[in-house]
Amino acid sequence: MKPLLKISDLHVSIEGKPILNGLNLTVGYGEVHAIMGPNGSGKSTLANVLAGREEYTVDSGTVEYEGHNLFDMEVDERALAGIFLAFQYPVEIPGVSNSNFLKSVINAHRVHRGLPEFNALEMLKYIRQKMSAIEMDETLLKRSLNDGFSGGEKKRNEILQMTLLEPKLSILDETDSGLDIDALRIVADGVNQLRSPERSFIVVTHYQRLLNHIVPDFVHVLSNGRIVATGDKSMALKLEEEGYDWIRESTVSV
Amino acid sequence: MQTLNDHTQSEYKYGWSTQLDMDILPHGLTEDTVRWISARKEEPEWLLEWRLQAYRHWLTMKEPTWANVHYPKINYQDIIYFAAPKKKLNSLDEADPELLSMFDRLGVPLEERNILAGVAVDAVIDSVSVTTTFKKQLSEMGIIFSSFSEAVKEHPELVRKYLGSVVPYTDNFFATLNSAVFSDGSFCYIPPGVRCPMELSTYFRINAANTGQFERTLIVAEKGSYVSYLEGCTAPMRDENQLHAAVVELVALDEAFIKYSTVQNWYPGDKEGKGGIYNFVTKRGMCAGYKSKISWTQVETGSAITWKYPSCILKGDESVGEFYSVAVTNNRQQADTGTKMLHLGKNTRSTIISKGISAGYSNNSYRGLVKIGKRADGAQNFSQCDSLLMGDKCGAHTFPYLEVDNPTARVEHEATTSKIGEDQLFYCKQRGLSEEDAINMIVNGYCKEVFNELPMEFAVEAQKLLAISLEGSVG
Repeated sequence: MKPLLKISDLHVSIEGKPILNGLNLTVGYGEVHAIMGPNGSGKSTLANVLAGREEYTVDSGTVEYEGHNLFDMEVDERALAGIFLAFQYPVEIPGVSNSNFLKSVINAHRVHRGLPEFNALEMLKYIRQKMSAIEMDETLLKRSLNDGFSGGEKKRNEILQMTLLEPKLSILDETDSGLDIDALRIVADGVNQLRSPERSFIVVTHYQRLLNHIVPDFVHVLSNGRIVATGDKSMALKLEEEGYDWIRESTVSV
Repeated sequence: MQTLNDHTQSEYKYGWSTQLDMDILPHGLTEDTVRWISARKEEPEWLLEWRLQAYRHWLTMKEPTWANVHYPKINYQDIIYFAAPKKKLNSLDEADPELLSMFDRLGVPLEERNILAGVAVDAVIDSVSVTTTFKKQLSEMGIIFSSFSEAVKEHPELVRKYLGSVVPYTDNFFATLNSAVFSDGSFCYIPPGVRCPMELSTYFRINAANTGQFERTLIVAEKGSYVSYLEGCTAPMRDENQLHAAVVELVALDEAFIKYSTVQNWYPGDKEGKGGIYNFVTKRGMCAGYKSKISWTQVETGSAITWKYPSCILKGDESVGEFYSVAVTNNRQQADTGTKMLHLGKNTRSTIISKGISAGYSNNSYRGLVKIGKRADGAQNFSQCDSLLMGDKCGAHTFPYLEVDNPTARVEHEATTSKIGEDQLFYCKQRGLSEEDAINMIVNGYCKEVFNELPMEFAVEAQKLLAISLEGSVG
């Protein structure tokens, strides 16, 4: 069986400045991959390139998603094909109610999957059920999308969307940053509830603590735009204790 | 892969014209033209006199040049000042089937049996009012809703009393021209204490070529009455520009409330700016009575050039004026629109919410005056003017004027200019929305405060119109 995602020798730059320098990563179905690494190592770039952000230039390399060339797919096509990015900084859209936004998005996915659109009642029921699972306040439905939300509310809203859309590949871009321990647990619960043999996750994080709650199958260390070490969850603990210096040393020695 | 990219180019949906048997005056404007129109409409002497005074005054006036719009000089002798379907109609059954099918295509619920939500419609094609629906039902409540010509015949005392009372024939170049040659329009009178049970509505349609449309609307709301009035407009696609110079006068007496909504969709011209309507319109409401209220809501998506400032004269103490506007310009369209709030009475209040959206190579200006008179103790105004730019070839401008002659007044002004965010678009697309749906969602969110003021059916129509107007606009 083909892997869900196969990144081969990926080189990416922004305004001529190289950020990813020959990155290789294969994500199989049902796997959780944690990507760690120091600031500026290219973690967020990887997340955004996979989602299709325009500012980045793909200089060389390939990315296959379910056997298709990912770079042939528009941003919305990727989303409908099951790629979900939980944003590090979710945007605010004034005047667009959260519920209206969710409704449009959910129905877009349903239509894409050949399912009938939800009517208002079905929609509300579906959203409410998922909201309560992540202990989210229903009043946030009526407010404008992320407008005036606290940092924690925004992140929770990202997780809500993830659980509503049930993506094949969820990419969490530092979703844990700025969250207190309760919010962290809720985010992790959201991910854990979704975990299944069909669904995969790429969890980009700075800290090991999220990985106490979301136990990864693989931990990768990104440095200077490529993966320099891969291990299991114990590596995250080692990183926590020893920092990234040993990685830098070992890469230099290679 | 493309960012904020062009998709399909929008097509003007109402761009056809209809072959109707027409009575058309040769082009050109002289005193005889004015006399001919008045005679054709069998008007009383006083009205002809009023028209002639306007015409003579107009000859002394110069076309205004202060607006932030640019167009070749209009030759007023090239315009046809009167065109009307030949047949006079007594009932809908006699209507030209071509005419009926035209209104079908426009989506005007002309035939009463087809009316869904109780909208009474007056339809003005080129120069004359074709039919007024629901008249009987309204008249039982004492409400007069008829074409202007009919009102002149049947209620001359009312027309004479209020015509020009808010926009005098000397007011401005275009209003004066209208006063001389106006052909038809709608008249509406709500008696004391009556709440008009349905939305009253007029659809304006320019059909004939080379024809100007000069309609006049007069609405009088007596003490304690209420009326909600809707106005929609379309025109065929033609290569030459056509002039539309209308006048709307509203009078609200004590504790009366007039809500006036416009969805303006005149032909905007093609992508290169060829053709389209020059929409030079004077709209003004007089809050004459204590606690009276006038609320303007406009969604302006059409016309090559829009020049209009629906205004309120807040004369009655504690009267309220409101202006909610969405003005969209795309391609080569130009709009200079806004409002005037003249606070004369005590504790008068006004609210201005203006949302400009510019795309393509268009130019969109907000121009607004808030004037607080000497006697307007405790007057309050709140203005919010937002501009949204799509792409980097278009322009947004804000010209707020403030004149405060009373120290107890409170005036607040907020203005923002933003570009439709790449980040917002990326976010929506990452959730699976197409670029078009994403833009519509963001823009509708931006306009929400104004759309909320529109009656339900109109709000839906306005949203669709916005989507059509902005197709192919992001680049």
